Amino acid sequence: MGISIQNIQKTFGDFVAVDNVSFDVQKGELVALLGPSGCGKSTILRIVAGLEQPDKGSVFLNGRNVNSFSAQERKVGFVFQHYALFKHMTAEQNIGFALKIQKKSRKEIANRVAQLIDLVKLHGYEKHYPSQLSGGQRQRVALARTLAAEPQILLLDEPFGALDLKVRESLAGWLREMHDKLNVTSIFVTHDQNEAMEISDKIIVINRGAVEQIGSAREVYEHPQNKFVASFIGNINVIDAVLKNNSIVVKGTTYALGSRRISENLANDIVLLVRPEDIVLTQEGDDSASLPSTIKAIRYKGGFIEIDLLVNGVSVTAFDFTKNEWEINQEVFIKFKAFKVFETVDGHKAIRQQLEHLGYIE
Amino acid sequence: MKPPKPISTKSKKKPAELALIAVVISWIFLLILMPLYGIAKEVFHNGLHACFASLNEPAAVHAFYLTLWLTVGAVAVNTTLGIILALVLVRQEFKGKLLLDGLIDLPFAVSPVVAGFMLITLFGPHGWIGSLFEARDIKIIYAFPGMMIATLFVTFPFVVREVVPVLREFGVDQEEAAFVLGASKWQTFWQVTLPSIKWGLIYGVTLTMARSIGEFGAVLVVSGAIINKTQSATLYVHQKFTDFDYGGAFAASIVLAMLSFFTLIGMQYIQKKKV
Amino acid sequence: MSVKKTSSGDLVLRSFTLGYIGLLIILPVCAVASEAFKEGVVTIWHEVTLPQALVSLKLTFVMALIIVTINIITGTATAWVLVRYEFPLKKFLNALIDLPFAIPTVVTGIMLVRLYGPKSIIGGFLKQFDIEMIFNKPGIVLALLFVTFPFVVRSVQPVFLEMEKEMEEAAQTLGATPVEIFFMIILPTLFPSMLTGAALSLSRALGEFGSVVIVAGNIPFKTLVAPVYIYGEIESHNLPGATSVSLVLLAISFLILVAIHFFQKWSRRHETA
Repeated sequence: MGISIQNIQKTFGDFVAVDNVSFDVQKGELVALLGPSGCGKSTILRIVAGLEQPDKGSVFLNGRNVNSFSAQERKVGFVFQHYALFKHMTAEQNIGFALKIQKKSRKEIANRVAQLIDLVKLHGYEKHYPSQLSGGQRQRVALARTLAAEPQILLLDEPFGALDLKVRESLAGWLREMHDKLNVTSIFVTHDQNEAMEISDKIIVINRGAVEQIGSAREVYEHPQNKFVASFIGNINVIDAVLKNNSIVVKGTTYALGSRRISENLANDIVLLVRPEDIVLTQEGDDSASLPSTIKAIRYKGGFIEIDLLVNGVSVTAFDFTKNEWEINQEVFIKFKAFKVFETVDGHKAIRQQLEHLGYIE
Repeated sequence: MKPPKPISTKSKKKPAELALIAVVISWIFLLILMPLYGIAKEVFHNGLHACFASLNEPAAVHAFYLTLWLTVGAVAVNTTLGIILALVLVRQEFKGKLLLDGLIDLPFAVSPVVAGFMLITLFGPHGWIGSLFEARDIKIIYAFPGMMIATLFVTFPFVVREVVPVLREFGVDQEEAAFVLGASKWQTFWQVTLPSIKWGLIYGVTLTMARSIGEFGAVLVVSGAIINKTQSATLYVHQKFTDFDYGGAFAASIVLAMLSFFTLIGMQYIQKKKV
Repeated sequence: MSVKKTSSGDLVLRSFTLGYIGLLIILPVCAVASEAFKEGVVTIWHEVTLPQALVSLKLTFVMALIIVTINIITGTATAWVLVRYEFPLKKFLNALIDLPFAIPTVVTGIMLVRLYGPKSIIGGFLKQFDIEMIFNKPGIVLALLFVTFPFVVRSVQPVFLEMEKEMEEAAQTLGATPVEIFFMIILPTLFPSMLTGAALSLSRALGEFGSVVIVAGNIPFKTLVAPVYIYGEIESHNLPGATSVSLVLLAISFLILVAIHFFQKWSRRHETA
């Protein structure tokens, strides 16, 4: 068992930063802690590292309860969002720091540092000071410095948050490669869902200090368990609707559900979540499942067209891959290829996992 | 953005840390607070009334007035020139600017006695400038003008040094915006620049005041300490002390100490506003 | 900051300020320098090497160096405590540190005499151990400690506040003990500001007059510091004497100024843009 945190609680004054959070990370996994700003994910990470003490709960590293261990004793690698490089030391000296603390010989330190410089591809920058390096280079030094200590566990706090988009993307991929090579159990915190989905084995979605869902990228995207996860991950249209006689009614228009049944004991007010890519536009309505709508805006995105539509007074956005020519104010018909239905009351209960490739029948 | 710095709460300190805090507090207490206690004791022992009574002699009144005028003069001149100098340093580029920058700090680094001596050499009856005035029978040294110049010298850096960083941080963007909107240089200065440096300026003025009131060495040398004529408050204290009139010395010291207190409180208040 | 073409208004301001500085600062220095040349190197050397002058200079330096050493330690410790911890009366204590800046030097002297003079409680107490503060070296040390205390504290404090706490946390996660963190991370970061504070302290200690003249008087060879010596020479109209020792102090002031300039540059060398 790599990392296990159980019932962690942390309050700052009146503010509950972490609310009874538990999760496990298997040995060798690369896990993303994903959530909006201020949701407590960094606090959770710092608690795992020993930089913060939880009010309640325990942290287990490789099976051992480390609650009483200081950050210095836990031997956990930590990469900070703003690198926290030692400004008065060169890249080499930064990287060799942990080894110096361990009182390794100069030769050994030099060898290991050279290895790491190689790993992070910073040849020629060994004697540079942080102020002489770019953001991406500094982050690589920070990572090398952490890896020098050969930690069993690696924690990264928004490691790419302070970097440009392109640099961020390349470093994220590079992190995944690094992880696969070294096979060290890792957690990284991010608010960027693309990053999380691209490189992690598992995503833990956090909101307001609590765990919303844990799953692979595919699972959280295609099978969100509640409204928050559905709307946080990827783009989604949120449509209020009402359940009536096994039909869904959106602003007066009814969709019959046919043989598939929605569980009987549900509140009537529901919410419909549809991904833009699951909305299909057609010139002609071909069945009662097609909804008449008007195009309000068109944005060309290269690989697809983003279209805003007004359907019975409800605004939705669709991604169109048909390469047709559309016009503003054009009257078209839309169909939902798939959607999720949740109870409205804080959208927390999924009514059915999915109504995939169904939507409506008749 | 950095996460908020966690400040150790009282409950979590280790014994070594508590010891350190105790040592530092004791040091400050012994070094700074104790001497104040000495003065306070005097006040309560004799009563404020008695103190002020001994200050009624004409020499004392004159001394404090003199200090007042010196302070007013120093503040007026050095604030104006301080602002101008700050503008020149921050907004203009020219050769020798670095040297100028260094020179500004000279009054800080020089002993007040040496400062006074330099001024006597220059403005005294045989000095380059002094001789010109001597010819018209105008005394600079051993008279008020000399004391004024000495006070100007020692208080010179304060306003500049406080305004320069504020001005630098303020940047030219807002001023340029004002120009584009049609404001003249003068209007821009009064309505955009000046308000932005307000607190730095006030802090510099406060420091200038404190230094003028407290200046001793330079003014002593330059003035000849002629009672009732060229004796400022601090010189008065010194003279009373050397004359063994401790009562008089203490009384005047108490007044000066109280002025310092108000200045100190003012400084704390303004510092908060500066941030 | 854009470099604009210098307008005539700019030039007026510039000349105005240069004129003021010239008159107030540059000319007086030149005047003394020229006076020295007039006297001639021989006379100057003779005056400086007079036993009284030499001893006063030596006393001044020794005192100043003691003071600076003490201040580096107490100043850094104070800055540390103020930045790191919360405790009752912290704001009050923080304000107190500026007191030596606000209070006239003669008043400092008077306060010290009142507190430690032979007639006071503490003075009487110390006299039993044959320790005399007033009109003696301990008195000078005390006066100088008082007036120079804020310099190191106020130099170190802002740098310490600015320092990223994350650097220390990073060192922790890399296995460093608090002691190692202090010596390998914190101290190197604070060192230049400590030096700046020390230089400012030194400068003040060398030139201090008002408080010393009251607390220690001017007993030759015992409590006569250089500034007081110069004053004595001025009073007795011994121009060469005053000029020579003044020159020595002036030269040192210049050196300290240059040193401070370099320390400050040094402390900024690793600033990230």
